[in-house]
Amino acid sequence: MTAEPMEKSKFEKTLDSGKFAVTCEIGPPKGAEDEEIKETAQHLKNVADGINVTDLQSSVMRLGSLTTCHLLKQMGLEPIFQVTCRDRNRLALQSDLISAYVLGIRNVLALTGDYTTIGDHPQAEPVFDLDSVQLLWAIKKLEEGYDLAGKELTRKPSFFKGAVVNPGADTEASYELQIIKMKKKIAQGAQFFQTQAIFDAEVFKKFMERIDEENIKVPVLAGIILLKSERMANYMNKFVPGVFVPEPIVKKMEGTEDKVSMCIEIASELIEAVKPYCAGVHIQALGWEKHIPAAIKSLK
Amino acid sequence: MILTEFKPLKEILEKLGEEKKIFIMGCGGCPEGADTGGKKVLSDFKEKLEKEGKTVTGILEIDFLCQKALIRSRIKPRSEEIKNSDSVLVFSCGLGVQATSSILDKICHPALNTTTFGGITGMWQGTERCDTCGNCILDQTGGICPYTACPKKLENGACAGQSNDKCETDLERDCGWVLIYNNLKRIGKLDRLEKFIPPRDYAKLLPTADLRKTRLWALDEEEIL
Repeated sequence: MTAEPMEKSKFEKTLDSGKFAVTCEIGPPKGAEDEEIKETAQHLKNVADGINVTDLQSSVMRLGSLTTCHLLKQMGLEPIFQVTCRDRNRLALQSDLISAYVLGIRNVLALTGDYTTIGDHPQAEPVFDLDSVQLLWAIKKLEEGYDLAGKELTRKPSFFKGAVVNPGADTEASYELQIIKMKKKIAQGAQFFQTQAIFDAEVFKKFMERIDEENIKVPVLAGIILLKSERMANYMNKFVPGVFVPEPIVKKMEGTEDKVSMCIEIASELIEAVKPYCAGVHIQALGWEKHIPAAIKSLK
Repeated sequence: MILTEFKPLKEILEKLGEEKKIFIMGCGGCPEGADTGGKKVLSDFKEKLEKEGKTVTGILEIDFLCQKALIRSRIKPRSEEIKNSDSVLVFSCGLGVQATSSILDKICHPALNTTTFGGITGMWQGTERCDTCGNCILDQTGGICPYTACPKKLENGACAGQSNDKCETDLERDCGWVLIYNNLKRIGKLDRLEKFIPPRDYAKLLPTADLRKTRLWALDEEEIL
């Protein structure tokens, strides 16, 4: 086995430095093209410390996360490779992980993935050969130089490994299950967390106090969705698992014609409110990437 | 007939861990036909456990461990022995382990792996419960099977998709992991959820020809008039 210098990723160094980090997101297009990615990337270039690339988000068939991460890398950006367990078994997952390493991709976000029936191929076989905790465990094994079958690798990869958690779980049982799983993810090597989108700073604050009580020291980036309209808020409340937009925010959106300004106002207020409690924010702009600089103006 | 095979003794001892006093429950239904149950099997196993330094607090064989009403009536006279045990070791298919787990206030360890449904299914027929996967981990998950209770077959805890304790795939469906949480909370064993569970061995989902047969297999080969 060749010894590799384990250089930290740019994103890991950002978090290490104590700077309040901003990560953004690119959802690859449904088609054999890269123009849209390049355009979105231009908006994020001077804004993001890391760019998540979603892995067939919402179980919709699209251009792949690995390929898109590679394109971002070529553009000099810092991709975060999202890997879900829905579509690939343990052979394919391990193979894609070492492929990512060879392409210079150093940040990975391990996820379970949405169920297949919510997407555009509801007939597809849901794989879920590993769960997100086991995926982190698999990455750890690869980093130790072995695959899940215990076979030695000719060269071992090294990643900055992230996971997700939902601070807004709506019942006692689901909340406790989030905490238990967060601890399991850390035990299997998770080094940072990005949260499910939050709209209620108070809920997030309580969550951060709780993980502080649990003595969890891993950096957490608060999930922020740029809210475009009251229609989007109502849709998410109804259909997006784990996301809740409180009534006052929906009302604010309803009460204005200038949706863009209100979107920026809501996001900025939220970012200001969560800032003292976390290591950064993860902003999902969903097409409104050009408005991110305004939303994070107070951070500069 | 539901077919089962013995878990290796080493795996069972790992599952029992520090638990010293063990109550044995056996199913007199399918395991009798699969040679994984019956009085002799259970008393032989008692000896094996005692050799390993365990105390067997009692043995109870019930005709059908997948029949919850039957379990309730038969455990009544044995409740003291069960109460004084650290845990219960169950010789049955996954349905029997789930039925005993739903009634007793103890961790119920599967002593067997369920490999195929062979012929007809057992008696707990109300809902889908056992995946006959040959990897039984019911004692880690509060006696509720994560492979049938969770559409994503998650082994290490819930996803973030539930809303009001219902599943993201179907808002009428209970989140399997919430059920697991609630049952472990009921018996005061939430710490079970902290243990990492490695991925399941899918090779076991392809049982050998031998494991697919009951001792009655020859009847299928005969011309019966």
